[in-house]
Amino acid sequence: MFALIVRRLVLGVLTLFVVSILVFAGTEILPGDVAEAVLGQGATEETVAAIRRDLGLDRPAPVRYFEWLAGLFTGNLGESLATGREISNIIGIRLPSTLLLGGATAAIAVPLALVLGLFAAMHPSTLYDRGITIGTLWLISGPEFLIATLLVMLFAVELRWLPAVAYLSDDATLSQAFRALALPVMTLTFAVLAPMTRMTRAAVLSVLSSPAVEMALLKGVPRWRIIVRHALPNAIAPIANVIAINLAYLVSGVVVVEVLFSYPGMAKLMVDGVAVRDIPTVQTCAMIFCAAYVGLNLLADLSSIVSNPRLRHPK
Amino acid sequence: MSDDRPPTPDERATPEGGIRDPTRRRPPRLGAIGWLAVGVLVFWFVVALFGPAAAPYEESDIVTQTSFGSPGEEGLLGSDYLGRDVASRVVYGARMTLGLALTACVLAFACGVTLGFVAASLGGRVDEALSRINDAFLAFPSIMLALICISALGTSLTILVLTVSFIEATRVFRIARALCMNVFVQDFVEVSRARGESVWWIMGNDILPNTLIALSTDFGLRFTYSILLVSSISFLGLGVQPPHADWGMMVRENLGGVHFGATAALIPALAIFSVTLSINFLVDWNLSRSDIDIPDELIR
Repeated sequence: MFALIVRRLVLGVLTLFVVSILVFAGTEILPGDVAEAVLGQGATEETVAAIRRDLGLDRPAPVRYFEWLAGLFTGNLGESLATGREISNIIGIRLPSTLLLGGATAAIAVPLALVLGLFAAMHPSTLYDRGITIGTLWLISGPEFLIATLLVMLFAVELRWLPAVAYLSDDATLSQAFRALALPVMTLTFAVLAPMTRMTRAAVLSVLSSPAVEMALLKGVPRWRIIVRHALPNAIAPIANVIAINLAYLVSGVVVVEVLFSYPGMAKLMVDGVAVRDIPTVQTCAMIFCAAYVGLNLLADLSSIVSNPRLRHPK
Repeated sequence: MSDDRPPTPDERATPEGGIRDPTRRRPPRLGAIGWLAVGVLVFWFVVALFGPAAAPYEESDIVTQTSFGSPGEEGLLGSDYLGRDVASRVVYGARMTLGLALTACVLAFACGVTLGFVAASLGGRVDEALSRINDAFLAFPSIMLALICISALGTSLTILVLTVSFIEATRVFRIARALCMNVFVQDFVEVSRARGESVWWIMGNDILPNTLIALSTDFGLRFTYSILLVSSISFLGLGVQPPHADWGMMVRENLGGVHFGATAALIPALAIFSVTLSINFLVDWNLSRSDIDIPDELIR
């Protein structure tokens, strides 16, 4: 198992390395470099050349790539082209906001999805199970901005309970922060809840239909004991996998939700950066999001290796 | 990137083919809801094809001074933030959103299936190279890949379609390769090879017919993801640009009206929802009918 884990970790690091090359190449080498983006259409050749020298763009791409990579590790990320501020400073403010949003969503969505999925799997083909199946299908089909629009209309416009824009000031009290976060967290929760519930249900159902569980049933083992002693230990692997995969989905969901609620997080920073072609900001944000995504997928794989006895003790 | 993972039951599933199991339960009928879903899809495609010719106004016509006029008073579905007719824009948006998503999806399948089949049939170094390159792109969340492409290339309809089709193609490649692998080891393929047929002949005559049902199911799913991706990118302001109408962009530009209860943002969002829900329902029904499974992780 140890060798397997090490191999998977090495693969993860390699993946991140390739991702960083692609992010850099995708944003820097393709047509129109940063200098032209800064100056716009009316730039003369001399000013473009001067900016290129200033930003060090006249040096070969591989050199700049390794400088950028070193910068990522040391926190020396350069300046934003749009605002001229240090990118590491901006990230220092924006990253905790996004982590707060993602963390709060995970804290609510994961236990809820597990309970809903487990109950649906334990009572297959009942009214409850069919309700879950159909309800999650509806949720999966809805884009995040539909869920958000409906929630805003209900909670901010009709009931006037919550603010429609998630603005967090520095000196916000706990209850203010809670109210500001409520709608974005609710939207994201609905978005990840559906696939997570469906996958949990499928994972537990496939364990419950295994010969071991049938044997226990025939032996007369009580139902709760079958669930606790036979089904759950075997279902932990797929469920851990499901959780990690769905937390990786959060990376995508957070982009639309932050823009929708004008939430001052990393995704909003990145989308604004793309709109004005603020390449250094986009590169850094892309790298952080991709690292989170690769890391969570790695966690999914590791959890299925660790919790699978056949992989843990190879013959 | 997850080759070390043990195969899930779904991944072991073989595509439909061979002898039917007589004890298998009768396939569920489409039912009233299913026909409703078909009806919704037919409706939107008719609207996308012929709607713009029949729409009361052009997509950029400002028809009233009232922003966010309520449905019924200012046109059938109200007016948007500039006083344009929402109903007309939804009709134009149908052509734009569904057209872009369909084009992207067809392109993605053309590239993804061809390359996937080539990788699985030729095997060896070709397969290794194509799969590793593909794995690198699968390590990106799709919206990130889209943002990176757009920040490099700028915003235009061509770039939007190419970006979405490229992202979907990486996902199609993976499933096409897996499906082809399953069929390629079967006896009739060996017979064809022994007969001296070329790899291309085998792909067209042995593999494609035997993977068609699974691929068509995947096409349905991919089409919904394409719609969601196109409209999400437009929602972020990085896809279709004004004054053209796209359902995602219509949500974005009318979002301000939501705060005082205007429905102009809700209507295009519901339009997207009606299409994706209908397709998802039919895909679910098709899966339960034909006993094939799409690996869970490929969904979404």
